Amino acid sequence: MWVASRELATRWCVANSRQALSLVLDKISTLVWCLIQPMTFKNMAKKLLGDPINRVDGALKATGRARYSADIKRPGMLHGVLVMSTIANGKITAIDTADALKVPGVVNVMSHQNAPKLAGMDKNKPSEIATDRVLHVFQDDLVHYNNQPIAMVLAETLEQATEGASLVRVTYQTQPVKLPLPAGKADMSTPKQMPRVDDQVDTKRGDLAAGLAAAINRMEETYTTPTMNHNALEPHALLAYWEGDKLTMYNATQGISGCQKRVAEIFGMPKENVRVITQFLGGGFGSKGTTFSHVMLAPMAAKLTGKPVRLVLKREQMFGMVGNRSATVQRLNLATGKDGKLLATAHHSITQTSDFDEFAEPAGTITRMLYACPNLDTTHKFIRANIGTPAPMRAPGEAPGVFALESAIDEMAAQLRMDPLAFRLANYAETDPNKDKPFSSKSLRECYRQGAERFGWSKRPAQPRSLKNGNYLRGMGMATTVYPMNRGESTALVRLKPDGTVQVETATQDLGTGTFTIMTQIAAEVFGLSPDQVTLSAGDSIYPTSSVSGGSRNTASTGSAVTQAAQEVLKKARQMALKDPKSPLFNVAEAEIVVQKGGQLQQKSNPKVGEALTSLLKRNGNKPLEATVQSKQGDEKGKYSMNAFGAVFAEVEVDELLGEVRVTRLLGSFAAGRIVNLKTARSQVLGGMVWAVSMALHEKTVFDPRNNRVMNANLAEYHVPVNADIQEIDGFFIEEADDIVNPAGVKGIGEIGVVGTVSAIANAIYHATGRRFRDLPITVDKVLA
Amino acid sequence: MKLFSYAQATKPADAVQLLGAQTQSKFIAGGTNLVDLMKYDVESPDRLVDISQLALTQIDATDKGLRIGALARNSDVAANALVMKQFPLLSEALLAGASPQLRNMATMGGNLLQRTRCHYFYDVSQPCNKRAAGSGCGAIGGYNRIHAILGSSPSCIATNPSDMNVALAALDAVVQVTGPNGSRSIPILDFHRLPGNTPQRDTVLEANELITAVDLPTTAIGGKSHYLKVRDRASYAFALVSVAARLAVENGVVRDVRIALGGVAHKPWRLPDVEKNMVGKPATETTFRSAAKALLAGAQPHEHNAFKIQLAENAIVRALQTVS
Amino acid sequence: MKQITVTVNGQPHSAEVEPRLLLVHLIRENLNLTGTHIGCDTSSCGACTVLLDGKSVKSCTVLAVQANGKSVSTVEGLCAPGAALNPLQEGFKENHGLHCGFCTPGMMMRATELLEHNPDPTEDEIRWGISGNLCRCTGYNNIVKAILYAGAKMRGEEPASTEPQFV
Repeated sequence: MWVASRELATRWCVANSRQALSLVLDKISTLVWCLIQPMTFKNMAKKLLGDPINRVDGALKATGRARYSADIKRPGMLHGVLVMSTIANGKITAIDTADALKVPGVVNVMSHQNAPKLAGMDKNKPSEIATDRVLHVFQDDLVHYNNQPIAMVLAETLEQATEGASLVRVTYQTQPVKLPLPAGKADMSTPKQMPRVDDQVDTKRGDLAAGLAAAINRMEETYTTPTMNHNALEPHALLAYWEGDKLTMYNATQGISGCQKRVAEIFGMPKENVRVITQFLGGGFGSKGTTFSHVMLAPMAAKLTGKPVRLVLKREQMFGMVGNRSATVQRLNLATGKDGKLLATAHHSITQTSDFDEFAEPAGTITRMLYACPNLDTTHKFIRANIGTPAPMRAPGEAPGVFALESAIDEMAAQLRMDPLAFRLANYAETDPNKDKPFSSKSLRECYRQGAERFGWSKRPAQPRSLKNGNYLRGMGMATTVYPMNRGESTALVRLKPDGTVQVETATQDLGTGTFTIMTQIAAEVFGLSPDQVTLSAGDSIYPTSSVSGGSRNTASTGSAVTQAAQEVLKKARQMALKDPKSPLFNVAEAEIVVQKGGQLQQKSNPKVGEALTSLLKRNGNKPLEATVQSKQGDEKGKYSMNAFGAVFAEVEVDELLGEVRVTRLLGSFAAGRIVNLKTARSQVLGGMVWAVSMALHEKTVFDPRNNRVMNANLAEYHVPVNADIQEIDGFFIEEADDIVNPAGVKGIGEIGVVGTVSAIANAIYHATGRRFRDLPITVDKVLA
Repeated sequence: MKLFSYAQATKPADAVQLLGAQTQSKFIAGGTNLVDLMKYDVESPDRLVDISQLALTQIDATDKGLRIGALARNSDVAANALVMKQFPLLSEALLAGASPQLRNMATMGGNLLQRTRCHYFYDVSQPCNKRAAGSGCGAIGGYNRIHAILGSSPSCIATNPSDMNVALAALDAVVQVTGPNGSRSIPILDFHRLPGNTPQRDTVLEANELITAVDLPTTAIGGKSHYLKVRDRASYAFALVSVAARLAVENGVVRDVRIALGGVAHKPWRLPDVEKNMVGKPATETTFRSAAKALLAGAQPHEHNAFKIQLAENAIVRALQTVS
Repeated sequence: MKQITVTVNGQPHSAEVEPRLLLVHLIRENLNLTGTHIGCDTSSCGACTVLLDGKSVKSCTVLAVQANGKSVSTVEGLCAPGAALNPLQEGFKENHGLHCGFCTPGMMMRATELLEHNPDPTEDEIRWGISGNLCRCTGYNNIVKAILYAGAKMRGEEPASTEPQFV
């Protein structure tokens, strides 16, 4: 099934050094990937399941030479350590920095009392787009949440700054605290918008009351999910320095271009004066997609002190100021008629936002479109709490929302004594019932079929509590998984050189997912080249503006830009050939000229006629051909519903007397359009499925009910799965051709592994125990019988 | 972390002398707990006396059992042939704790002195009588899912987080210490304290005393042992409840038994009277469950940890069933 | 200040350090070996794992003075610059045991000791043996495969296929 992968050695090329500081690490300011050794290709058509080539950066990462933002140094650099609030609501009445300033090496303490005033503060308001947050940048004395940054100690060494930060004494005037969910009720209201602005906040379809009245079976249950924190392994980190009015930042961001824009906006300066560089990222999961306060604070401190400033957040500081997944309280009603057809569905979500900004976790959006149902209401409300503003966290909305929906679907199937998969098939949506539009493609039936077969779903007894393994009850569960195709704007430059190699430039970042590898593969395929003939320059805002790596959108966005720019270059080459009397393709119709393996142009109807791109370019001035294309969604968005789908099957074992759950098998089948690289893609979905194990069984941010302080703000007590928690797990892809979604033909795979898997596990626990768990995470104390 | 001075000791007597009695001095061995506490400013010693070079790493057979040097690494003890043969319970408990990297650094003495994982103890912005006497107990009325159900006081509901200590309690270990006034032997059940009004003191060890060894006495009665740990993930999490059990059964009747509980109190929880009562009774679930209820008699839950009572009862029964 | 000498990847380094300096900062800041990462600050994630006298430890919770007179191995010492990758590095690269790459050096250093003690580990032994190292990206399976691959190579056996294997 696979094309043999060949080793792709990589070499680190230093380029574009602007500083003459030979010993300073930050001199490597541009990423250039040079792949050597050839690859073989079996066919040149656009592959639906792309070659599982090794990552282009694999050797760098395996040797410790990949540089992350906290690894960058500058001469004279100061270390910043933040002082955080210890109350959740109120005012700072005094900041005593005397003891901190006495620590040898401490040069300054920045707070609202001395921080530079920012010219673009009018832009720092409740946001219109999900990734622009209100930032706390020391412009006032207000405290809105516990663990909010309120001062920053700057010193020559990290140790001095850390000691200094422990000596800053802050006094407050406190106000009553607004609690987060589930206890919190303050200021409940309907959000003005959803993070994806096209999503309606509330929807109505048909007549819910009539649907409920006509139904034979009904269920109503409430599902709750806790606040969670992203906890990428790499802490948020940046180094910032000014050269005159120009700012350079080595910043751990999922969105280089967005960060550049936002920082410029709030500083009130032209975007061209801000340079953002992200060589490597140690994950982000959404928390680095937004420009949060620390990204402003380091350059502000650099301005205040006149020195480069490095700021690396401590783990406990990442529980508040860099986003969280909102807790949810969701009420689901389902009603069915004869044959198990859904007649009515209602999904009412309450989520939480901060008291100073708005982010509405879109928990109910999938319910609108996943199953055919004529009568449907969905609503979203949020409460205000003194917490850091929630932010997108891997599958924002979909992960908690589909947990509720797919648990409810499972409950209804049980009530109807129908097989859960058969119930889902009985309510299969042939078209998008929310948008009332056809799907650009939907291979969910095939996902169900192949997934069920490989998992052995037919061996599942209908009766819960009927499988045993020693002290363990065993159960099997499944769920549908889904994720909308998101596409942002990206620009890429593609340059075909006379030597037959290709250079791609775009300001994209690699979150860790394999973007750098995939972009080279995409460009190579357009020209019939092997990826080793493509060089990617990325990770730096000096390159053309690129999309955020978030919402599973980067391959669809930047991948499309690369595809289109490459196709544009190829078009130029075709036209050059057909106009060139010396070319064998002279006067051949443009549509008749195709590219074949090895960068060969040839006549479609007569493959013997043709020439290499290299010879064409050499003869025509020996100059490169290039094109820059800004790529964005077109009118396909208005005509189609575009989504990736999948099915997830889970097997669990539950020791009820000790309250322990172990996930013994997980299998996901996914149809997500074209898969560019099977190796990196599979890792994405496996990682997503383990995120679901984490959400189902482990993760919960715990607040003290008196002051909203996070009491497990560390990786010892904020649990994510360790390797021993993970057993057999696999994910595979269904071949799916979709020429409508975007030029790259991809739908995105970053979150779909998480979405349905959470409920597949919960449903398997139900099947094992006969007990339904509607409150996440499903921990020992809840399972204990 | 503030600046502190650092001295290396080469002999136990020097270590005790270097520590002195006046300054805020601390011994450091592996440092796996102390260094983290210093990072959080929970501990702020003026001086560290590094005792890691002292010749206290031996594991030797004695005429009464086994003597394990205070500086023997947790990983070495867990893998030691004598320990695995004579006291597999200790090995099992050590391997249930922390991670391989921490076990490579952590020592017997350090593990005995491991401090609580109470969130309020670790967070210096919060009240904690253990950290700052008289400041109050943040956990009472706060988030207390991991806290004590037995032997707590109005000033502290913290638990001892060590797995090793639970096994040592079931093994009737004796802690050997030395100090300016000479050496003494402290039975493990007397070593850790209940919080009472002075939760700042975890153990009866005086500030200038040094643990030199842990003695494990061989019992006349063999039997089987098991360390059962219930936690929030499969590995690398502190015990919600743990049970160290030793049981000798003859002809279906309990001949001898030791049951120590972890995760439920300020110290490993053992009630010798309950064990004595079991002797002579049939080794059945009924006996085990009634012993479990007796061990947990008087348990006082807080808002988030009531589940520990049922969990501990089930875990005791399961552990005893495993070894019967 | 305290004078210490630490041998890092075979090279002795002497420095005068504050006793509060953590080993991980000595490695990263003083010696510029930034392959050893810091993920959690408090020995909970394993990203900072190095070998101290051959044993894997979390260098964020070791004082530099505690390493005085000892040898430290970091990811940079696994293979010489420009030289072929060692079997573990090769295993991680070929099997996609690395994703964002942040946990990778710590994983490999931990796995180095694991394979030394247990040259032919089972999948389960690997899972438990590296449970002190968190990975938030891969779902762990490819890391297990990478270590199995390295073990096979080190034993002189042919490692299993590195292609994605679906059930």
